[in-house]
Amino acid sequence: MIDFGYGLTPSATLKIENVQNPKFAALHEREPDVVKCIACGSCTASCSAGVFTEMSLRRVILSLQRGREKETLPMLQHCMLCGKCQLVCPRGINTRHLILSIGKVYGLNEEEAL
Amino acid sequence: MMKERILAAYDPFVLPFVFGMTFVLAYCLIALVKVLVQLPHADRRKFALSLITPTTIYKNIRDILCDALLHVKLWKRNKVLGYMHSSIAFGWFMIIVIGHIETILYIPERLHKLYYPIFFRYFMEVQNETLQGSFFFFLMDFFLLVILSGITIAIIKRFRSRIVGMRRTTKLTLTDRIGLYSLWAIFPLRWIAEGFTAGVAGGSFMTVPIHWILHNFMSNPENITVAWWAYSLALGTFMTVLPFTRYMHIPSEILLIPMRNAGLPVRHTRKGFSLAMLYSCPSCGVCIDACPMGVRKKNVKDATVYYVRNVKRRNARRSLEIAEKCLMCGKCASLCQVQMDACGLRLAYRASHERRANKLPADFGYLAAVEPLPAVGDQKVLYYAGCMSSLTPVVPRSVDRVLKAAGVDYERMDPDGSICCGRPLMLSGRVEEAARLIEKNKQLIEGSGAKILLVSCAICYRIFKEKYGLQGVQVMHYTEYFNRLIAEGRLRVQNGHQTLVYHDPCDLGRGCGIYDAPREALGAVGQLVPALKERQESICCGGSVGSLTLRYEDREPITRAALDNLTANNPEQIVTACPLCLKTFSRYAPVPVRDFAEVLAEHLEITVQ
Repeated sequence: MIDFGYGLTPSATLKIENVQNPKFAALHEREPDVVKCIACGSCTASCSAGVFTEMSLRRVILSLQRGREKETLPMLQHCMLCGKCQLVCPRGINTRHLILSIGKVYGLNEEEAL
Repeated sequence: MMKERILAAYDPFVLPFVFGMTFVLAYCLIALVKVLVQLPHADRRKFALSLITPTTIYKNIRDILCDALLHVKLWKRNKVLGYMHSSIAFGWFMIIVIGHIETILYIPERLHKLYYPIFFRYFMEVQNETLQGSFFFFLMDFFLLVILSGITIAIIKRFRSRIVGMRRTTKLTLTDRIGLYSLWAIFPLRWIAEGFTAGVAGGSFMTVPIHWILHNFMSNPENITVAWWAYSLALGTFMTVLPFTRYMHIPSEILLIPMRNAGLPVRHTRKGFSLAMLYSCPSCGVCIDACPMGVRKKNVKDATVYYVRNVKRRNARRSLEIAEKCLMCGKCASLCQVQMDACGLRLAYRASHERRANKLPADFGYLAAVEPLPAVGDQKVLYYAGCMSSLTPVVPRSVDRVLKAAGVDYERMDPDGSICCGRPLMLSGRVEEAARLIEKNKQLIEGSGAKILLVSCAICYRIFKEKYGLQGVQVMHYTEYFNRLIAEGRLRVQNGHQTLVYHDPCDLGRGCGIYDAPREALGAVGQLVPALKERQESICCGGSVGSLTLRYEDREPITRAALDNLTANNPEQIVTACPLCLKTFSRYAPVPVRDFAEVLAEHLEITVQ
């Protein structure tokens, strides 16, 4: 193809592989259902810990997908694992096991986590 | 009278038996020491004390006799299997005992030889018949017949398990098979071997006829040693493979029963008490048919018997998989012949895995800011609806109506959202975290001064009963409390004559033993019809928070199977006493599913004032 000079320069190309974070990939491997989330917020609405704190599983999942786990992991520590989010999830995500898996893949400490 | 026929009191054929027996005794001794050493100090002390307490001694003897020898529990469940197991266990035990009695009576100086009572007939001969001698011969042959009949059933069971009432049996390992076939061989071979010597050493209705029938074969002295060698080899093979097969449950159970009666808890995945428990599994496979997950064939291998096998083999991947998948309904444990703490063992596994792998510690600092409850006082009832009730608002609303109708003065503990009771955390293996929730709730409840804590969730109720240890507070499930109100005449209800079926929630029924209170109360407002399987054998609704990994697709068939079981007698309504069962059943039920309080609230007697 003739290069007219209007193509994307390498510096302007967005490479999705570079953006995807390996930890989320590891989480996805353990919990394939995590990508099923439609961010409807039912989990947040029914959350027991949400009564006392600003815990929101919806926000946690979104931030993990964006590779910004530090913002929301402390939130996840408030979870009492009561499982109501699992009962209301319209996508049938096993949220309790997801939360436990996040704890195993991420963790608080960078060095410990991988 | 009898006298010794082989003066050397020895023949090389005894060697396989002596080797096998010595090996098994040594193995069991080492295993016993290992189990005792692995027990924590406090548990060891408790165990030692229980061994010298008269009531526990009595209980131990009774349990060993009834459970290990006579299999009373199995008799109650399945007569054919009960007969099969007790005939082999008790029959063999009696043959050993009578063999020793004979040795003591006729030739006590040989008692120190391990093999002598076993091969008594080979070494002895009859001088003159006495009534006493014939009596022992008769007993020996009688118990041999009993064992052989048991073995016959065992063989039939192996190939056609449905005849004896089992849908599925355990898939055996190679060593299990060697053990099984050698066990099957022992007693027919003993029969033949004793048939040879029946001419000189005496016999009764089993051994003498076979001596006559096979006279030509058995009167040839060259065949005698072959037969006794074969018998000894079968015994020796069985004893040698025993520690590596399911038959290890025979010696283990004798240790497990006193340990269980001492009240030791399961603390470890495979050490100490847990080890004794793992080795006591006879792989009978009762848990396979019991497991509600068995409705799907792919989950059959997640039954307790396979969990035990995988933990014993240190197969970490499968052990964890099974441990996390289990619904913790406890049905297998309640039907288990050796009372295996199937849930406790799995919980220990989950806990050790969580401690090792989870790097996100819980932070319940926010609980400190939760304000204490207003003083309730000892006249009022404190009502804890539990966190699940926010998804089933009909439950607290109905409880409110019933309590008001009965004129009970009460206070809601959690009208604006509750702190979780801690059981879901505990079930997921995060025991230390659960303890912090328990501590906070306990502080709130005890601080309120209430004397009665009313709970409308079976899951919460169980942990309140088991782990809270509330001082001066009586925890009551609403089924118990409302039934008491009806019995006392404080709550007046009308009978609507609808047909109802009651579902026993796992945590309330098998977990806390409450079966009758809800049935009595429901009997006052409707007509109860039985489910196919109920009480101890009730089937989990499939919604349990106990399972960590079971997905919706896998839960649905369980729920449907449980519903089929409940609706067998065409009830108009299904009634349950757990918000989670209510929610799970409502999804697929062909008839309305109601909460216990909801049904009562609908049948309140209207009084004109």
